[in-house]
Amino acid sequence: MVDNVTRTTLANGLTVVLREVHNAPVASSWLLYHIGSRNEPTGKTGISHWVEHMMFKGTAAFPQGALDKEIDRNGGQWNAFTSMDYTMYYETLPADRIELALRAEADRMVNAQFDPEEVERERTVIISERQDTENEPLFWLQEAVLATAFFVHGYGHEIIGDMIDLYTMTRDDLYEHYRRHYTPSNATLVIVGDFDPEAMLQLVEKHFAPIVSEEKPKLFVRPEPPQQGERRVIVERPGETAFLEFSQRAPAATDDDWFALQVLDSALTGPGGGISNKTSRLYQALVKSEIAASVTGQLLATINPYLYSIIAVLRDGRTPQEAEAVIVQEIEKLCDEGITEQELTRAKKQARAGFAYSTESMTSQAYWLARSYSLGDPDWFARYTERLQQVTLEDVQDVARRYLRPQLRTVGWLIPTGAEL
Amino acid sequence: MKQHRHFSLPGPDNITRVEMDNGITVLIYENHSAQSVVIGGSLNVGSIFEPPQQSGLASLTANALMRGTQQRDFETLFATLEDIGADLDFSGRTHKTGFSGKSLAEDFPVLLDVLADAVRRPTFPTAEVDRLKGEALTWLQYSFHHDTRYRAAKAFREALYPTNHPYHYSAFGDIETLSALHAQDLAAFHTQHYGPQGMIVVVVGNVEAEQALNVIRETLGDWQNPRQAAPPPLPSVVTPQKPTYTSVAMPRKSQADIILGVLGPERKSSDFVAASLLNSVLGQFGMMGRIGAVIREEHGMAYYAYSRIEGGYGPGAWKIIAGVAPQNVEAAIELVKSEIRRITEELVSEEDLADNQSYFTGHLPLQLESNEGIATRLLLIESYGLGLDYLINYHDVIYSITRDDLLEVARRYWGGDGYVVAIAGPSGHDS
Repeated sequence: MVDNVTRTTLANGLTVVLREVHNAPVASSWLLYHIGSRNEPTGKTGISHWVEHMMFKGTAAFPQGALDKEIDRNGGQWNAFTSMDYTMYYETLPADRIELALRAEADRMVNAQFDPEEVERERTVIISERQDTENEPLFWLQEAVLATAFFVHGYGHEIIGDMIDLYTMTRDDLYEHYRRHYTPSNATLVIVGDFDPEAMLQLVEKHFAPIVSEEKPKLFVRPEPPQQGERRVIVERPGETAFLEFSQRAPAATDDDWFALQVLDSALTGPGGGISNKTSRLYQALVKSEIAASVTGQLLATINPYLYSIIAVLRDGRTPQEAEAVIVQEIEKLCDEGITEQELTRAKKQARAGFAYSTESMTSQAYWLARSYSLGDPDWFARYTERLQQVTLEDVQDVARRYLRPQLRTVGWLIPTGAEL
Repeated sequence: MKQHRHFSLPGPDNITRVEMDNGITVLIYENHSAQSVVIGGSLNVGSIFEPPQQSGLASLTANALMRGTQQRDFETLFATLEDIGADLDFSGRTHKTGFSGKSLAEDFPVLLDVLADAVRRPTFPTAEVDRLKGEALTWLQYSFHHDTRYRAAKAFREALYPTNHPYHYSAFGDIETLSALHAQDLAAFHTQHYGPQGMIVVVVGNVEAEQALNVIRETLGDWQNPRQAAPPPLPSVVTPQKPTYTSVAMPRKSQADIILGVLGPERKSSDFVAASLLNSVLGQFGMMGRIGAVIREEHGMAYYAYSRIEGGYGPGAWKIIAGVAPQNVEAAIELVKSEIRRITEELVSEEDLADNQSYFTGHLPLQLESNEGIATRLLLIESYGLGLDYLINYHDVIYSITRDDLLEVARRYWGGDGYVVAIAGPSGHDS
């Protein structure tokens, strides 16, 4: 269990998680709704993200813009994130002012207005947000790889949503999504910081207990059927730079295999988390050999099986084919020989350091605690280092053989078609 | 809420500050609640020392410090750090070359040893420098073809500063100038300009100040470079007297980026605090201030629209930045201009000033939440000579500013007829 953590469930179903930490006079509150883009059907893609935007559009108690100012006035910061698996709202404030966060979140859990004119104004803001990401060639490649890798599961579309859905969704669609999913039984409130847990629980009850309980919503989830062979997709965009996205099916984050794959990724593409990857196998094989300008690995912690992706930015004149051949060769080597004792030791020390860096601030501690709840395992982050330390050389070779097979692969190439003009 | 303990701000009582004989200044702040340690700092070298035809030299030199030293080759350098989950980065900017690193507390001596090795004894192996240059060129090519923000920023910089001013050029260089650089240029630049004079080292985390200081003395205390020269003075520059428009056509992009701005105050200027508060009113506070309110909230034109004041060692820009749909470019510029007129014609309301003062002072504990946050503040304090009591006096300084002060800085910087507008996106025309 996590140290100093109090867990309570209010009568209306809201899960409350409080962690007392006194390193700085600050508290951070994270309200997690168990709803994300994975739960969106075709025609409603992007709805979770749009609803998140509408939560900043005001209530009767806090008209639009009032809370932005109130949080700033109190020296705080706030924001929200929509992911594939969850929607989270956070405020970090001086500890003696954290009640403002509770007041605001309890209010907008039920009273967000979804004014039709505001919905229309926000439609153009979100379309503009999507256009902003469309300026990045990698966005188009990722969108194509996701759509190719997932035929059925909601992971197959981008969080921002398909452009056509952003034009066609209505105010009523958004409001219905909000009413159904923004309810205490579908939420977890995590607060970490400089407070007395008993007093904090009283504050939480004062603001959240009056909210009427709704039935826990049944989430829209369609499991992805097994993949039956390698898939490929090509995107052509103007420009000079080619990209490769090389993806394999990955397990859910709560699976022991996920941790073994994390160690494997550390050896193959580096540990991430602000630590460089120059000693990793693919940096040596792709960047040092001057095929790619950079290579990164991405193994996200997700509720359902997602993808383990390797992304390479090709150097001028080099092709995705070349990079792919190198990656395949390195993967075959991993399957045949596994990783070395030295690589295993390094990955474990890197994980310990990464954990220390990410527990420095209350905001980050609260985020990871909330993320653990989003995955359905309250101890997921607390046991992260311990579970990685348990991984053996045999485990790594075993996951390499089971997860990195060509039959479980989706490969995307972005081919540049030259200058824009 | 019950207060559990007294938290003291970093100040003269708990920051260890030492000026070493060779010109290095060290600041150490102990934070024993962390398991890790963060280092930050700067060297007194940057792109102001490079001729325009070698634009990017200081930046490439900084990036190449970790490509091999007299004691360790490239692989060994990175294996030393990555084996212990540590990280160290250098970045060559206009006036300074910054560095930042982190490790578990137990590995602090290793981190410092690698830092000293990299700044004192780099060898700039030709093959490594060429590879690094190739990577940098890939990113420049990519930014040039794809990044509307990069292209708008470049066009803006080139229109605001004349060619004899170092701010006309990007510290990262251009595709042409970077292509022409070689390993021996980097080695010569290092020999001439890298030295201990003016170097700042900040350490924050789970260390004992005395022990940390000993490690720094052992690794950097005997460093000397008699050739190291003081930075050249900046040429004078004024904002153009008339509105100056420049645009870059990027026809296949979905969104356009706009930058509208003027020369702003430098960080040490007595105008800076008032200008920062005004900037917050204009394009930061709440949902991106008045600019955000009018462009994003009222008109739904943009995902981002905000203002930024660069400060820094010289006359950095004070600018408004917005990403908008191509058809909204003209309208967004008009809205920005009307908000600028407003700050030069009207006093901000008492509420606006009080809100922003409260925001600035209330925000301080959050900025000091992590080792990295504290290190950033300490480096700022030392770089601009703000005094070790800066954080302690911060509240009084912010509350000494009046509405008249804000109007005065608004008129001083935005009151003329001139400004620069740069646009990059599908609706632009080649400049």
